[in-house]
Amino acid sequence: MSAIEIKDLSFAYDKQMILENINLKVEEKDFLAIIGPNGGGKSTLLKLILGINTLKIGSISVLGKKPSQGLTKIGYVPQNTNINTDFPIKVIEVVMMGHVEGKRPLFGYGKHEVQCAMGALEQVSMADFAQTKISALSGGQRQRIMIARALCAHPQILILDEPTSSIDITGQREIYDLLKVLNEYITVIVVSHDISVILEYADKAAHVNKNLSYHDISDKRSTFHKHGSDEHFCEIELLQMLGSDNCNTCEDEQPKWSLKP
Amino acid sequence: MIEALQFEFMQHALLAGFLVSFAAGIIGSLIVVNRMVFLAGGIAHTSYGGIGLAVYLGLPIFLGASVFAVAAAILIAVLTLKKRHRMDTFIGLIWAVGMAIGVIFVDLTPGYNVDLMSYLFGSILAVSSEDLYFMAALLALIIFVVTFWYRDILAVSYDSEYAALRGVNVKFFYTLILILSALTVVIAIKVVGLILVIAMLTIPVYIAEKLSNSLFSMMFLSGAIATLFTLVGLWMSYTYNLTSGASIIIVSALSLGLFLLLHKKDTV
Repeated sequence: MSAIEIKDLSFAYDKQMILENINLKVEEKDFLAIIGPNGGGKSTLLKLILGINTLKIGSISVLGKKPSQGLTKIGYVPQNTNINTDFPIKVIEVVMMGHVEGKRPLFGYGKHEVQCAMGALEQVSMADFAQTKISALSGGQRQRIMIARALCAHPQILILDEPTSSIDITGQREIYDLLKVLNEYITVIVVSHDISVILEYADKAAHVNKNLSYHDISDKRSTFHKHGSDEHFCEIELLQMLGSDNCNTCEDEQPKWSLKP
Repeated sequence: MIEALQFEFMQHALLAGFLVSFAAGIIGSLIVVNRMVFLAGGIAHTSYGGIGLAVYLGLPIFLGASVFAVAAAILIAVLTLKKRHRMDTFIGLIWAVGMAIGVIFVDLTPGYNVDLMSYLFGSILAVSSEDLYFMAALLALIIFVVTFWYRDILAVSYDSEYAALRGVNVKFFYTLILILSALTVVIAIKVVGLILVIAMLTIPVYIAEKLSNSLFSMMFLSGAIATLFTLVGLWMSYTYNLTSGASIIIVSALSLGLFLLLHKKDTV
């Protein structure tokens, strides 16, 4: 069974077509990067998978179920985790929000819930910060907390929306290294337009700009690594890798990418 | 001050001050973390419409104001949940229309010139036993709600989008917070009046937020701070023969200034 299977999906806000004829199969333990320009439909696709937007044309199955039913198996890390940073809340309380509705005590939090949240914090190496106020953390640390919150529900699929947009380059690599470790036992899907880093970690890439083009990049990456002296891809090689069909859209994005030698 | 305590009205005033301040501290925390201060202001002023209506129909003021304020809270909740980006326009509108309705009803009431000022700026020395029961019942209800549904309210306040994904009924809790705010505003009218209530809902909260590391401790700490300000304000009002509501607010504001000055030194 695939982790996520999307068939013949189209989606429009009012009359404007956002996504057209999307087909995508995400296998379990894939590390998929969803890339593409802003406004290309990446977030809309995510919202459809999460069941926030209602599907009209086509079908989505999450672990063989409808999106709304599969939701408990998805861990989600939203964009903009730097909102509400002044909020008086402890790290552990944020993580415990990840618990799915179900068995819960009359007041407060159950013992198993606290233990589970501590486990999730350990997975992201932030257990020492459990009692710290969220405002005292750095952007990268806060992102780890959000990942722990998503892990709290023991998901089989972890979806992250622009997880590194507000983190410095060292912090970004730490986040991706963490995701790579988690990927050993769960499916990871990352939406990002910062492709230079993400493609080093992902083994599949889906370029979304109204249409979707899918690439298995695990082989290409390994061949590339044999040739390259630098760890980064350069943009031209990326474009070659992703095929000429995307070149037009990629050019629009160019200013946002940092050119690496 | 001590000799004043033998008067029943003074005992009532102190008790009302405590009950209202504590409720305002808890609800004020929720209002501030949810960025609903303007909403609460709108509800406070709208409740004047209920006061006018109650005067016109000869109903108890608390009842009229409560019904009107809760109705306004639900209306604001529905409107803001539907059209978030138009929120400030709606609130401004409801704010003014509510007050206008109140003024018109008072005009229409034959032979009765209600003392507008006492509702705008409070009349803590005129608190009846029934008022106290109403205040105590509301405080009990508020404490129950924020304790029982603490984790849901916390989730909705911190990250409503995520809370919705995890199955929390965001609209319900959003509306519930607004309704409790409306009722708190109504009981605070007696103590500080509907114009000054907004300071009572925000100043203690601002101080408590800096000193707390959880929403729970913030709510109860701001309740305690608000109570302290109210008692000092009442003492000032009694000693220097000043309006009680305004005295409470001035005490709060001066304390806030002092706190910020000292707190800055601590952190630097």
